[in-house]
Amino acid sequence: MEDRKVLLEVKNLKKHFIIKKDILGKAKKTVHAVDGINFKIYQGETFGLVGESGCGKSTTGRTIIGLYKNTSGEVFFDGELLSTGYEENKLRIGKLKRKLKRELKKLPEDASKNEIEEIKEKYNELLNVQKSELKEKKQTSKSLGRNQRDIQMIFQDPYASLNPRMTVSEIIAEGIRTHNLLQGPEVSERVFVLLERVGLKREHASRYPHEFSGGQRQRIGIARALAVDPKLIIADEPISALDVSIQAQVVNMLEDLQEEFGLTYLFIAHDLSMVKYISDRIGVMYLGKLMEVSESDPLYELPLHPYTQSLLSSIPLPDPDANLRSERIVLQGDVSSPINPKPGCRFAERCRFAKGECFTESPELDEILPGRFVACHHVKEINKL
Amino acid sequence: MNNENMLEIKNLETSFFTHLGEVKAVRNISYSLKKGGILGIVGESGSGKSVTLLSVMRLIEDPGKIKNGEIIFDGVDLTKISKTEIQDIRGSDISMIFQDPMTSINPVFTIQNQMVEVIRRHMLISKATAIMEAQEMSNISKKEKALKNIEDGYLRKLNRKEALERAIYYLGLVGIPEPEVRIKQYPHQFSGGMRQRVLIAMALSCEPKLLIADEPTTALDVTIQAQILDLLKKIQKELGTSIIFITHDLGVIAEVCENVIVMYGGMVMEKGTVNEIFYSPQHPYTKGLHQSIPKNISGHKKRLVPIEGSPPDLMNPPKGCPFSPRCKHAMQICIEEAAPLAKVSETQYSACWLQHQDSPDVEGFTKSGGVK
Ligand SMILES: Nc1ncnc2c1ncn2[C@@H]1O[C@H](COP(=O)(O)OP(=O)(O)OP(=O)(O)O)[C@@H](O)[C@H]1O
Ligand SMILES: Nc1ncnc2c1ncn2[C@@H]1O[C@H](COP(=O)(O)OP(=O)(O)O)[C@@H](O)[C@H]1O
Ligand code: SF4
Ligand code: SF4
Ligand SMILES: [Mg+2]
Ligand SMILES: [Mg+2]
Repeated sequence: MEDRKVLLEVKNLKKHFIIKKDILGKAKKTVHAVDGINFKIYQGETFGLVGESGCGKSTTGRTIIGLYKNTSGEVFFDGELLSTGYEENKLRIGKLKRKLKRELKKLPEDASKNEIEEIKEKYNELLNVQKSELKEKKQTSKSLGRNQRDIQMIFQDPYASLNPRMTVSEIIAEGIRTHNLLQGPEVSERVFVLLERVGLKREHASRYPHEFSGGQRQRIGIARALAVDPKLIIADEPISALDVSIQAQVVNMLEDLQEEFGLTYLFIAHDLSMVKYISDRIGVMYLGKLMEVSESDPLYELPLHPYTQSLLSSIPLPDPDANLRSERIVLQGDVSSPINPKPGCRFAERCRFAKGECFTESPELDEILPGRFVACHHVKEINKL
Repeated sequence: MNNENMLEIKNLETSFFTHLGEVKAVRNISYSLKKGGILGIVGESGSGKSVTLLSVMRLIEDPGKIKNGEIIFDGVDLTKISKTEIQDIRGSDISMIFQDPMTSINPVFTIQNQMVEVIRRHMLISKATAIMEAQEMSNISKKEKALKNIEDGYLRKLNRKEALERAIYYLGLVGIPEPEVRIKQYPHQFSGGMRQRVLIAMALSCEPKLLIADEPTTALDVTIQAQILDLLKKIQKELGTSIIFITHDLGVIAEVCENVIVMYGGMVMEKGTVNEIFYSPQHPYTKGLHQSIPKNISGHKKRLVPIEGSPPDLMNPPKGCPFSPRCKHAMQICIEEAAPLAKVSETQYSACWLQHQDSPDVEGFTKSGGVK
């Protein structure tokens, strides 16, 4: 695995949304939608991202492609830095300044100049580190030409993601034109080829999205993504809105296209059996963090993280006898909120093994067995490894 | 009427008369549910699952209309009774949990408000409690009058305190922690999964004989779904409630249902026990559904076999078998005439011409009457 080429690497990626500010403009409520995740996607593979709704799957995808600015952390594509986040440095600077003010206020009236200077110096040192980091990252950011062609996205809602006032041909050709890939009649020829490749007809080119069914619209979305010859496609729940009998059509097509064009996929979904079916490797997310990353077969055969264990055991199987045999670990309670999360393991409130440091220390994603990464303090003990 | 049946739908037809034309949402459907049974209905979006059961509840609104058929619930034909009579049955004898939880909870009232209201509207005290109350009366003539009233079947409604106790009991039953505290809250203060459990508690609080659950878990995460499915199974077992469960997820059907109806294009394609539908499906559409989904979650990967094409337009449904435009076995007769439900076993029926005696032999299909 390691000698395969890494196409995408995400390092300590964070995306926070500030949803409430106080009168001074300080963040009062922050959604830690993605809160420091690390993973690699190898060229030609399908990496599945699963987890319950609101755990940050879409935010991850949208941040990678640049629809959101990362709060901190880096995204590398094909070995090159794609984006680096400096929001967090700004926040830290603000925090340090406020802290300095508070400390100065706390000083007794008759504090000596020396004392004051000492404190100021201490903070200035910290501030300077942040400021220079911020400056550096800002500069790097400016120099980064966004790689808009190589990564494309397919969206969950085939109804909302296509402009209703554009014809199918205009939708598909948009990317080709912005990137000046082809001119004149070549453009429409390319649109025809793409339409046929995704199982639609040439005649469809002049129609509007509302004239198509959900499955057909999703095909249009796929053709649009393919139009600019991308290397990586981020598919955010591409089949969730479709009927069972149509889902298989789209999944098979994605697989065929992958083979034909050597595409790499980041496949986001909550249908765990479909993710297993399509993915080579899988990342399991919970409240903005990755709990487990593994090749898909071993993950489903022997999940190591307590969350993965209960998640997988909750899937009702399309096989009545197997359901009778299988033992469910029914999780109690609901997913907790990603707003100002508590320290410690994100899963601790619902975990049947939680104790001690689970409530104070956030576990790192470590390689527990070859190729199997798990973020849990007690993983060895739980799995008797 | 078969006495063992809680619900019997016979030749139901429901249409919507829109300005573009008639949408034939339900086209001649018949099925029944045993008392205490749990029946699953599966089918793609638009196949008529919800409209069938909204017809049972008589909740079809203009421009929709029940055109034909009988809906016999506990011996009474629901299509024939008056609006007031159906209102009495709705919410007391039959309860429905809807696809979208927010449509059936009023956001401006507390859970307590809503539950107490519903319980007071539908529930009377039990005969035993009424007799006990009467016995405690000191005035002899009043006591005798009260006892006579009870004999005649007059029971009083629950008072607020009794209704509240009952509401709290059911919230506890569906796993809401500290129900006596949470009942004072507003719907938006609950998470999606909890809201769905509140709805189930509301639906159960009047002890319905029949509970209709329309995709109660589709909007929920698998871990919450597992909680709700467990709960529904427990209710059926412990309270003996008959349940109809609508879903498009074959996994959910396999997990909770005893019998299954497969719908397509407004018609029943196949019905049978859960084992028959999963281990020996007879209709090409049911078989196609099975091949469209990944089966073994651990083990080898087998390429999916999709059903090509897309579901029919109910404004202009195919003349014959609704599945014929997508069916790889379609014959001339399929295009001209829809197949009747043919008996494959005592419990399994399939609406496909391949089950007919005169049709060609195709591997995997059993002829009606058990002749292979
Ligand atoms: N109020 C209405 N006016 C017009 N047509 C309607 C109305 N309600 C339902 N229909 C149509 O009736 C048909 C059956 O709808 P129904 O809601 O029963 O589908 P369903 O099987 O429950 O689908 P889903 O899985 O999407 O819930 C569809 O073609 C739908 O568009
Ligand atoms: N634009 C936004 N503003 C504020 N909060 C957001 C925004 N987008 C997503 N969130 C929040 O971030 C968390 C993760 O959301 P998302 O990535 O969409 O989850 P998923 O795709 O896993 O269901 C959720 O709590 C969501 O409410
Ligand atoms: S770290 Fe602790 S709380 Fe988190 S999953 Fe492991 S045992 Fe459970
Ligand atoms: S009746 Fe004909 S078209 Fe319909 S499912 Fe059977 S073989 Fe296919
Ligand atoms: Mg999402
Ligand atoms: Mg419905």
